[in-house]
Amino acid sequence: MINLDFEEIRTRLADKSVGIAGAGGLGSNCAVALARVGIGRLVIADFDVVSEGNLNRQYYFKDQVGRKKIDALRENIAKINPEIDVEIHDLRLDPDNIPHIFGNCQIIVEAFDLAGMKKMIAETVIEKMPGKYLVMGMGLAGFGNNEAINTVKIDNIYVCGDLENETSEQLPPLAPRVGIVANMQANQVLELLLSKQE
Amino acid sequence: MKIILNNRQEEFDKEIMTIRELLDEKNFTFKMLVIKINNKLVRKEHYDTSLVRDGDDVSVLHLISGG
Repeated sequence: MINLDFEEIRTRLADKSVGIAGAGGLGSNCAVALARVGIGRLVIADFDVVSEGNLNRQYYFKDQVGRKKIDALRENIAKINPEIDVEIHDLRLDPDNIPHIFGNCQIIVEAFDLAGMKKMIAETVIEKMPGKYLVMGMGLAGFGNNEAINTVKIDNIYVCGDLENETSEQLPPLAPRVGIVANMQANQVLELLLSKQE
Repeated sequence: MKIILNNRQEEFDKEIMTIRELLDEKNFTFKMLVIKINNKLVRKEHYDTSLVRDGDDVSVLHLISGG
């Protein structure tokens, strides 16, 4: 453990930028955790709108149903910590726009739902942004089984989750496990940002 | 040959093998994978031609939905 008081943590985080790729269960919860501790800037990209079904795990409220997730999330972050600079992008991320949108971020948080999108961003970082930290969420469906959730490191890519349980009709994503993985991602981000001496 | 596979040392009888052979040997049956040999991405269309040699550092990450 690195010992730092909260003032020092906030000071060190104030000039840091973190990209959030997707504003669903992982992205909304991870962004809020990072906002609470005082990350300087969040760059959030998503094209989706808040639906009723999202409320079982995503950091949105009933009166935000139907609104763009990026707008609703920016609003929620501002209510918690108005000092955070939140940059939003209303688009579908792809190999061409990812280096452009997240190029100035020290770390990218992968917060997609679909495996194909997770693959896409991992390949994009490996090929086009070598050395960039990518913190992924993998395996968070269902409930219970705390002991299976972990973090694995592959060079500059960190993978949080149980690496096994895919969401399905019988294995839905729910607030506790999604929240654990999202906060684990945020925790990994802090470790990476704060462990370097400046 | 000895290689590093997902941060762990592994030994195989063969002196050289393709990524496909490695996946078969290790029983990696997941469809969606991100594979690197010595930090270089190996795309799916090259699984049959990309070769793993003694001393290589190989990463295999399987992707699953949920977020």
